Formats: sequence, C-alpha cells, structure tokens
Amino acid sequence: MSETRSIEPVPGRLDTFPRLLMQHARLRGGRPATREKDLGIWQTWTWAQVYSEARALACALAQMGFKRGENLAIIGDNRPRLYWSFAAAQILGGVPVPLYQDAVATEMAFVLQDAEIRFAVVEDQEQVDKMLEIMDQCPALKHIFYDDPRGLRHYHQTELASLDEVMEMGRAHDRQHPELIDAEIASGVTEEVAVMAYTSGTTGKPKGVCQTHASFISAANSGVMLDKLGPEDSVLSYLPMAWVGDHLFSYAQAIVAGFTINCPESGDTVLTDLREIGPTYYFAPPRVFENVLTTVQIRMEDAGVVKRSMFTYFMGVARRCGAEILDRKGGVSLIDRLLYALGDILVYGPLRNVLGLSRVRVAYTAGAAIGPDLFRFYRSIGVNLKQLYGSTETCAAVCLQPDGEVKFDSVGKPAPGVEVRIADSGEVLVRGGCLMKEYYKRPDSTAEAIDSEGYLHTGDAGFFDEDGHLKIIDRAKDVGKLANGALFAPNYIENKLKFFSYIKEAVAFGHGRERVCAFINIDMDAIGNWAERRNIAYSGYTDLAQKAEVYDLIRDCLEKANADLAQDPLLADSQVDRFLVLHKELDPDDDELTRTRKVRRRFVAEKYAVLIDALYSDQPSQYIETQVKFEDGRSGLVSADLAIMTAKRYPPAAAKRVA
Amino acid sequence: MAKTIGDVILSFDNISLSFGGVRALTGIGFDVREHEIRAIIGPNGAGKSSMLNVINGVYHPQQGEIIFRGQKRRGMNTYESAKSGIARTFQNIALFKGMSVLDNIMTGRNLKMRSNFLLDAIYWGPAQREEIAHRRRVEEIIDFLEIQHIRKTPVGRLAYGLQKRVELGRALAAEPSILLLDEPMAGMNVEEKQDMCRFILDVNDQLGTTIVLIEHDMGVVMDISDRVVVLDYGKKIADGTPDEVRSNQNVIDAYLGVAH
Repeated sequence: MSETRSIEPVPGRLDTFPRLLMQHARLRGGRPATREKDLGIWQTWTWAQVYSEARALACALAQMGFKRGENLAIIGDNRPRLYWSFAAAQILGGVPVPLYQDAVATEMAFVLQDAEIRFAVVEDQEQVDKMLEIMDQCPALKHIFYDDPRGLRHYHQTELASLDEVMEMGRAHDRQHPELIDAEIASGVTEEVAVMAYTSGTTGKPKGVCQTHASFISAANSGVMLDKLGPEDSVLSYLPMAWVGDHLFSYAQAIVAGFTINCPESGDTVLTDLREIGPTYYFAPPRVFENVLTTVQIRMEDAGVVKRSMFTYFMGVARRCGAEILDRKGGVSLIDRLLYALGDILVYGPLRNVLGLSRVRVAYTAGAAIGPDLFRFYRSIGVNLKQLYGSTETCAAVCLQPDGEVKFDSVGKPAPGVEVRIADSGEVLVRGGCLMKEYYKRPDSTAEAIDSEGYLHTGDAGFFDEDGHLKIIDRAKDVGKLANGALFAPNYIENKLKFFSYIKEAVAFGHGRERVCAFINIDMDAIGNWAERRNIAYSGYTDLAQKAEVYDLIRDCLEKANADLAQDPLLADSQVDRFLVLHKELDPDDDELTRTRKVRRRFVAEKYAVLIDALYSDQPSQYIETQVKFEDGRSGLVSADLAIMTAKRYPPAAAKRVA
Repeated sequence: MAKTIGDVILSFDNISLSFGGVRALTGIGFDVREHEIRAIIGPNGAGKSSMLNVINGVYHPQQGEIIFRGQKRRGMNTYESAKSGIARTFQNIALFKGMSVLDNIMTGRNLKMRSNFLLDAIYWGPAQREEIAHRRRVEEIIDFLEIQHIRKTPVGRLAYGLQKRVELGRALAAEPSILLLDEPMAGMNVEEKQDMCRFILDVNDQLGTTIVLIEHDMGVVMDISDRVVVLDYGKKIADGTPDEVRSNQNVIDAYLGVAH
C-alpha cells in the first residue's frame, strides 16, 4: 500500500541514502523503483512505496530496540524487502551488514560475532536454519526476521518473526507517529557508516570494511556522471548482495540516479529473466561472460551448417572491425562497415537478443583481470563492455573506462574524484572520496592499509601506459619472479588459459622455480559436449578429467597459450611446461576459492603440495586423495591418479602464431 | 508437532478383483483416515497398483465394497472419483509430453473450470477472469514445487525426476482431498527423494491432504507414513504403524528380509 499523504521537502542536504530515497519518493513517487518476478509475473513497487516500506521496517526495528550505529545482518538472495532493509537500517543511523547467502553456518558465525549482531533479516527457511544452528555461538543474536514463511510453520523459537508481521506493526506505528522516523531521517550525517561489507579474505579471516554515505555516494556519482545514468535505466540485480559491486550497482547507484532494479525469480531463471527485462545497464563478473561465451560456442557446434557458417564468417568480420565501429573510430573500410551492418541483422543482433543484452547501453565487468580476447568478443558484437577496477575498500570504483577509450588490456582512467599513484614497489595506491573509513574494530589493519598521506595500498601491482590508462598485472604478493629473474604473473597466464572454453579454472605456479607448471580444471559442459561428439563415454567429472583424449585437448590449448606468451619478451619465460588436470573442481565450500570465486593461492598450494612436487619432478603421474565438503557440511574423499603432461614451449618471439 | 488425524474417510471391505483367472486382489479390507499418510507396500506383482486403480475407479472389483465419505461407491467411475476429490499420479508418468509444464498443470484444473463456451472462445469478461484465477493457482503450485525455471519447457524434454514433480503438480492443481501416489520416488537419487518427501509432507501438512502412496523405498515409507498396509500375492498380510509392520514376521518373510 502506498502512503497517501504527500511528502514534505527533504530535511537537510541530499547527502545520505535515506534522504536521497525520500527525494525520489517526492519527485517521482509513481515511477518504478524495484521489481521482482513472483508467481510468473513482474511485480512492481514505486519509489513512494519503497520509501513507505523502508520507513515501516525502520519503525518496527526502532520499537524493538535497534539503536543508532548498530549493525543489522541481511542474508539472502536478491529480494526487494532485503534491499529495503538496507534503507531501513540507514534511516535509523544503523549499519546494514550483508552476508553471502551460500556461506555455511560457521562462516556466518564469525561475521555475526565480529559485528555483534543482535538483529538479522533473512530470506527463508534455509537461512533461518543456519541462524538457529549457530545461535549458541552468537549469544547477542536475539531477533531473526524472515521474508519467505514457507516451511517455517512449525518453528516456534521466540527469536523468529515474519517480516510481514513486523512490518505491519511498524507501518501502523509510523502512520500514527510519523515524526519519529522524520526526525531520524533528518539527523542522518553523511560521514556516518552507511554499510559494512566483509572482504572475501583470500588470506586470513574476513575483515569488515566500513563505508560511509559520503564515500558510497561519491563512488556512485562517478559512474553515474561518466555513463550518464538516469531514472530511465534498468538493472538486473542477481549478484550477491554481500558483494560490494552489487551494493554499488543495485543500491547506491540506483538511489543516486533513480533507476529501477529488477530481482529475478530464482537463481535458475536468471538468463530468462535477463531476456525479459532487457536491462540498460548490466554488470557481470568475468566468469559469467566466460560461461556465456562457452555456451554460445557449444550451441553453435550443435547448429546446422548454414547457421554455423554464417556465424563463423560474421564473427570473423566482427573480429576485424567490430570493436572499432563500437568505438566510433575511423579506419574501417566501407565494405567492412556494410558487412558489419549485415552481420548485425543476421548474427550480432539476434545473438545479443538471446543473451538478453539488446538494450544494454553500458556493461561492466570487474573483480578479476579479464582476458583480452573475451573482452574483444563482446565489444565486437556491439555490447559496450567496459572494465572497472576497484575493491571493497574503495566502493568498487577506482578506475572506469570512458566510452570510446576502451582498451582490452587496461582498466581505464581514474574515476572523477579519485587519485591513483604507483608506488616504487609497483603497488597501486588510491586516494579519494570513495575510500573506506576503516576496517571494523581493526585499527592496526586500517593503519597498514591507509598510509599517512591518505593513500590506500591496494595490494595490486600495476603501471600506467602512454595514454594514462592503468594496467593491472596481478596481486602484488602473487607477482613473483622465476629463478632466472623473469617476471611471473600467474593471473595473467591463468586468464589466458581460461579463455579456452574447455578450461574452467587454472592455477599457475612458478615463483622461484625454473619453469612454470599449472593445475587445470576442465569445464564439464564444454568438454562433456566435446566428448559426446566423439563417442567418448564417461561416468562423471573425475572420470572425464582423466581421459587421455581430454589431456591431449588441454595440451593443445596450453600450447596455443604458450605460443601467445612467446610473443611478448617480458612473458616468454612464463610459458607453461608441465601440467595436470585436477580430478575435482576447485570449490569455495572446500576453501579453495573465495565466495567471489578467486583462487586462494596459498591454501591451494598447501593442500595440493604433493601434486606441485610431482609437477616439478619428472614423475609421469601422481596419486592424490582429497577431502571434500558437501553443501550440508558433511565430508567425503575423492581420489585419483593424475597424469602429468608436458606442453610444448616456443622460443621467444620467433614463434609463429598458432591459429 | 502432532497433526490431527481425522475419522475414516475411505474404507474397503472384502475387495476382490480378478482378470479372468488371475486373482489380482483377494479379500482386501483396510481403511484410510483423513489427513494421514497411508502407505501400501509389498513385492512386485502383489496388487498394489491394482488397489490404487480400484480406489480411483479405473477397475471395478467383482466383489466387496468401497465406502467413501459414508457412501457406497463400488461402481464409481474415474470421472466421478476425480470430481469427488481424488487425484493421482502414475507409475510410468502420464503427462502430455508435447505440452509445457505450465499447460500440463493447467489441465489439472480441468474439473474446476466452469465458463461458457462462447465467452471462452472470445476470451472476454468472466472467461478472462476465470483464466487468471486458474493461472494464479497453477503459478502457486509451480512456486511450491520450485519448477519456475522449466515452466515453459515441453515436458517430454525433462529429466524423469522433474517429470514426476510436474505430475504431482498436476494432481495438486485439482485441489484433491485424497492424493494417490504410485511410486513417486521411483528412479530418483537421494537428493531428489528428499525433495519429493519434503513436498509430500508439505502437502499433507499445509493443505491437509490425505495421501495414499505406493513406495518401495523402505526408508521413505517408515519415515513419512502414519500407517502401512502390506500386500502379498493379492492378499493383505499386515496393517498397522510402520513399527508394527516392520517387526511383523509375515512381512519380514515375504518382503523385508532380515539384516545380515
């Protein structure tokens, strides 16, 4: 139900999220703010409704004793009411703390204890069960509000309450005493902490990053101004709310620019929902773009001769001139322009449509260095894909690529209001309005990260090229040297390998060694498809990963990557020598990857030390047994005898490009 | 939490069914109480599916009486049984393979559809409103069974386990008071079985539907049923709670066997 009374002018400057929300409710109260697909149709809530709902929840929280400056845990998939909980907490001057919904109970226990959580808003029975499991480890937790009541009929714990009931109570109270919430909104201060996101913790325990209204609004504004985002734009919100990037795109920028966020029906339906919404502003981590490309390649293999030859031919045209046309650069011949236009009608247009990217004006990717080839693919078919660079500590936006200046192997120029400097060690330093206030309760870590001049040490190694674009090499502590002193940048090598649709994940080793060796994870879909085509029977991931034919296929991929590396004098020594295919996929549940799917190098090196030793010796194979953790917390054992193969390496720069 | 099991709503008295010389069922008598989960177990060929078909009106027993809600119903045909609130699923899945999941579940609403033929043809007024109301119910079932991601997929293309779920959805669409499930877990792995169990329990719990199920997985049967009846060679050899049946010597000899 929407508020029928009209909204007064905003008390104070538009420098906190609650006041910005109030402004939208005032100026464009009837425009769509949030949508969710439920029971098969898209339900819409207007800005006025969202404002009213956030107030209702804030009122209820206040009634139940939520104090200013207190932390509110928010756990679940992307649901409108969970997003509104962020606003509700901020209205009361509190701090929303989103957690990853696929984290196991023990991981959550750490965050709940660290943030001294008393109130938690969770999505459904699954999250409630986890909360109840760790309740005795988190004695402070007294209130658990759930959004979806399904399955919770027989839960009688006093801590539980449904959001429906709670908000009804809050709504009634707000209607009778609106001045309470009005006063709270008026007393918000821009330097107060607006949200706390825990870092993924590739090393050690996660730390809470405290970002203020000021810093997030500043970061949001950078992007909004650069890409001219406005109330007409529309975004699909499907990435974890705990990730700082989603908070930037689906919350901060949505409230700053006034555009609509759309929540998909469920994790499985994201692609269909993407097609239905046709967002104008899209974000996906490189892995999603990789997977989509792999799917396209697999499906093209299944297509008929006509379609396949059309695809191959026009993708060739796109590769030649597509990116240049998108950048509006000259130097493209008339014939190529005509061919590209024809290709747009026949191939690129339909392809964008199937992928749900038809209306996309701006698409971003970030989170890990993306392979240049992958990047080029999307730009060449007309998707304005750009990179952005940042971290949780910088509200995700340090560097953005301006339209028309998109380079494949750089992350762009510093965003408006942000300064970037390269330290003597090669580390990237950042200063600006978007920096975090501090690490929660960790003054020593904060002092380590932000130096006396106010520069944040990002931990990434990079340099500026001639056009002033920043190029990231790797995480500073991962950048190493081979035994002969040559540069070893594992991420760069791994990204090259991951561009092949057959390779899902790769981990390269070589620091302090004579040669580079690698672990490979195969992509089950792509290789399964490939194997079926050749009548190779397999009984599962482990079996498929050990087939001799698959090893040969992977070796071909590695040799192509090697030939490419040989072209660059800096990297020629980093060609991969010996490799093996792992018998199981690296998984965040086994602590091998972070929740955002970055490889935890140190941990993987320790866990698979026996394999690394085998790679650097001359053994033709190595037996390994690994513990795996299933989703419900039980453990199991997976074992296999892994073959080790050698990939051909090429002499530097004299190698011919292998097609 | 104890659910309240009601009075007897379905009872069988001395049911005998033969096909020519083959005696499928001989002198079967048991009852089903409202809101309970009743399992029928027994070796293959014991007559379990035949028993379900008798309940449903597919077969008419030569002898014996069926009493449903106090009325004698031996000669009841399938249409009458569906109209009076009995829905079922089939062992080998009887969905319309070419239709989408959504359409298949919609067909389950068939007996609840009332509108005028002419109004339906031009899709106006009451016909439209009725269609929307039915669609809403079907979407709620799709949401309940967590099959949103396949709602437009032709059923023939789905994996076996998902087809079984869709069939359950179609049976639920009829809003039955008694649900007959013929081997709902057949061909499923542990995780799928757990999901199916959860759905069955939710249906029984939230909607109060009485459930009669045939199942071979003893773990499932013992776990979720309130009472069990055991058939062997067309005769009833035990009837009682899962614990009683499990320790019954006849049942152990005929079917369960002993742990080694």
